[in-house]
Amino acid sequence: MTPLQIIQEQFAAETIETHAFRGDETVVIRPASLRTIAKYLKVTPELDFNFLMDLSAVDYLFFAGGRIQKEFRFEVVYHFFSLKHNHRIRLKVPVDEKMPEVDTLVDFWASANWYEREVWDMYGIKFKGHPDLRRILMYEEFVGHPLRKDYPVNKRQPLIGPKI
Amino acid sequence: MSFLSSPTNFFTSKLNDALGWARKLSIFQYPFVTACCGMEYMATNCSHYDQDRFGAGFPRFSPRQSDVLFVVGTISQKMAPVLKTVHDQMCEPKWVVAFGVCTCTGGFYDNYSTVMGIDTIIPVDIYIPGCPPRPENVLDGLMKLQDKIQKGEQSRTLYDPRTKIGRPAELQAGYTIEKHIKHIESVS
Repeated sequence: MTPLQIIQEQFAAETIETHAFRGDETVVIRPASLRTIAKYLKVTPELDFNFLMDLSAVDYLFFAGGRIQKEFRFEVVYHFFSLKHNHRIRLKVPVDEKMPEVDTLVDFWASANWYEREVWDMYGIKFKGHPDLRRILMYEEFVGHPLRKDYPVNKRQPLIGPKI
Repeated sequence: MSFLSSPTNFFTSKLNDALGWARKLSIFQYPFVTACCGMEYMATNCSHYDQDRFGAGFPRFSPRQSDVLFVVGTISQKMAPVLKTVHDQMCEPKWVVAFGVCTCTGGFYDNYSTVMGIDTIIPVDIYIPGCPPRPENVLDGLMKLQDKIQKGEQSRTLYDPRTKIGRPAELQAGYTIEKHIKHIESVS
């Protein structure tokens, strides 16, 4: 059984959507069950996802030139890898614009710490339970979140540089 | 200033000339290298183009020992306070060279992370645009800097984008984001 099939079997009610293409498997899950599923991915011996490879986010505002309207504006994307079994899975969590908040995974994978800070910095998505949620790339006085699609491309920041 | 026109200032002006001559031929530079322009800077410094012919061959990696700050490469918003501190640490008299178009105006960057020209933070004496500038271009800038040092001139003003004062007009007629959007619309 592939990791995707195991998750579908175990958490049928929690998965919104699945996708598989040439062994590249994706699950979209409900935000409330993120920590349950993440823990299951980590501790189950036949899955054993001990490596969080990447954690990022997508902003679907103006997606495909505004032709495609998603129900939720953001999606947080997790890439997991198992060194033991050499298999991968991609987890996606939809996030609402009004309350951009998901649970943290820092206590399962320590590498999530800086990734979650980066997502907070660039997209303004909060991680509930994160030990130290500060900006990581931009400075503290920075206003806004630059990778949001409604951030003006040539906006000037108040701290440094010409104020136009 | 000649001897005949102003006999009283003969010695002080000649002393300044001598000081300028000594300074321009012993430039101790601080290379503030942050990006790809650094490769071209190294090419200019090495034996083929040999910056040492102009007395500027010896980089000092402490701002307190240097007279000319070479800002080589893109400066991000987060790096800007560091650059300002390095400039403040240099002893007078000091000069600043903006090496490459990113340091001159921001270049093709117009985004959340890049400083749009280091002359918004520190006063710049010589602008060497180019992406990256050719070594010949760098040497030309270096000779212009030597002229400036000989005359004892130093830039003291920052660039103000509202009044457009403090940056050469040639650099202000640049490729803006509005022009870029017009170009994209005309092509597509």
